Amino acid sequence: MSTPTLSPSQRAWQQFYRNPISITSFWVLVVLIFVVVLHPWISHQSPTALTDAIAQPPSSSHWFGTDLMGRDLLSRLMYGARISMLVGIVGAGVSLLIGVGWGAVAGYAGGRWDEVMMRIVDILYSLPSVIFVIVLITTLEGLFKNWLQQTFSNETAGMARLLFLFAGLGAVSWLTMARIVRGEVLSLSTSNFVDASRAMGASHFHILRTHILPNVAGVVIVYLTLTIPSVILYESFLSYLGLGIQPPQASLGSLMAEGAAQINPIRIYWWMVVFPGMLLVVMLLALNFIGDGLRDALDPHGRHR
Amino acid sequence: MYFLKRLMALPPLLLLISLLAFLLVRIAPGGPFDKERKPASPEIERRLLERYHLNEPLWKQYMLYLKGLSRGDFGPSLKQRNHSVNDIIGQALPVSAALGISAFLFALGVGIPLGFYTAVWKGRWFELAGNSMALLFVCVPALVVGPLLVIVFAVQWKLFPVALWGDPLQFILPTVTLGIYFSGKVARLMSEGMVKTMHAPYLVTARAKGLSETRILWKHGFRIAVLPVVSYSGPLLADLLTGSFVVESLFQIPGMGVFVINSALNRDYLLIVGLVLIYAFLLLVLNLLVDVAYTWLDPRVRYKS
Repeated sequence: MSTPTLSPSQRAWQQFYRNPISITSFWVLVVLIFVVVLHPWISHQSPTALTDAIAQPPSSSHWFGTDLMGRDLLSRLMYGARISMLVGIVGAGVSLLIGVGWGAVAGYAGGRWDEVMMRIVDILYSLPSVIFVIVLITTLEGLFKNWLQQTFSNETAGMARLLFLFAGLGAVSWLTMARIVRGEVLSLSTSNFVDASRAMGASHFHILRTHILPNVAGVVIVYLTLTIPSVILYESFLSYLGLGIQPPQASLGSLMAEGAAQINPIRIYWWMVVFPGMLLVVMLLALNFIGDGLRDALDPHGRHR
Repeated sequence: MYFLKRLMALPPLLLLISLLAFLLVRIAPGGPFDKERKPASPEIERRLLERYHLNEPLWKQYMLYLKGLSRGDFGPSLKQRNHSVNDIIGQALPVSAALGISAFLFALGVGIPLGFYTAVWKGRWFELAGNSMALLFVCVPALVVGPLLVIVFAVQWKLFPVALWGDPLQFILPTVTLGIYFSGKVARLMSEGMVKTMHAPYLVTARAKGLSETRILWKHGFRIAVLPVVSYSGPLLADLLTGSFVVESLFQIPGMGVFVINSALNRDYLLIVGLVLIYAFLLLVLNLLVDVAYTWLDPRVRYKS
């Protein structure tokens, strides 16, 4: 390093900035988020308005063509990407809360607690997560849908599916996070500075909050950025099954499914497959590259070290 | 001794998993006969429940299930009335397994060389290209690759059949669709492992002894660097053998993936439990084999009993 007085976090950011791929991905993602979020104000096309222009190829009036119901595909893509991003961020957030909580308690408590809690994680690992998600989502829906419909309008009941998706996706994506955090916490809680703090009479809560969790933050941030794309991917898979986002709402996965259903040897609506696919891949790539860059910068045990 | 102990732990673990799966699907609302011709008379419904012992208390049902299981009988399917769970698994598992093994070989065959040479061939641009390619593979999910491959290679150029199963040519597109994501994953693990081992002290020793670089890398480096790939291939193979819904539905392949999803959606109780058990069994056994392979590949690994 050229300047000798950089804090570890400054050094990490510097390393992140110097990595051409991660910084490019970062800006790609920023631009993508801006476009996707601001699209309703930029464009006059509605993602749900039906027209007579059914399944038109890309043209000057519909840049990405139209779908089977004559809806503008570009607007639908932007709408779908918004939902996919939202699901990714909130789902990863839910998995963060459960994973860090579970892992930190197991690692810090140690001994028998650790044994039992990690055994539960092992067992959950060996259940196929799809079945778990399907059962969870349909259960929650069965429990809450009536209640929601009675209490609120029909529209909110439609949004409920989104909430169950958040919960379901978070509930199956926290296992790896818990393992990683538990490993880190376990090694930290036997370190000298934690012993010193304990000897001075600090409470468990104090030790966890000021000594252990800040030290786990780097790994957690890295893994969080890698969880977002995997949650987005999982959501697209569920929507592909018809379990995720329900029409007329859309996500990248459900758009992809609509396009894939129209493949046949007679005529090809390639734009209905290519554009959703490309957007999904670009989004996943950017997030994964950023995650990799962060890992190189923040996690000293990660690769290239 | 250690492995014998692990082997002994398998039956109780599977028992626990079967109990969990059994309870999980019962907690969910809805039943296997919900989608019958309505209105089904209470008499018919009662007879149906009686026939499958669904009117008995839950613990008794589970005992009955275990009794059947001890004879190798997974019970009847509640949805496909003419088939037992054994029939369904017996027909679908070989199909999924054939496709899974072919995708597994594809993933290793592409991923290992890609990861190996990304790490070994020096040069910034080569490393960048290799890493980007591996990451790209990780970011193209089957539901994106599949439709694109079908459009380009099957519909447009007519090189491969669009769908169906049996003919060797019909193997290729599903194999690539299923395997490409995992080949990226394997490549990343491989290059990560290789980068770490290349600077290990024992390789410096080997170099100091004057061994040729190829020999050092392949004979001494590779077998340690491949360990992350080996441990990943346990869960990977369990996943691939039990089928993928997206690939199977896209290419109309009569495999297990479709049953996994449909059984959960239709609340086909015994089929779900059977499929979960098959998956868990494969996963546990393969993980055990992975650990055996570890001791063989890495002389430093010793398991204490």
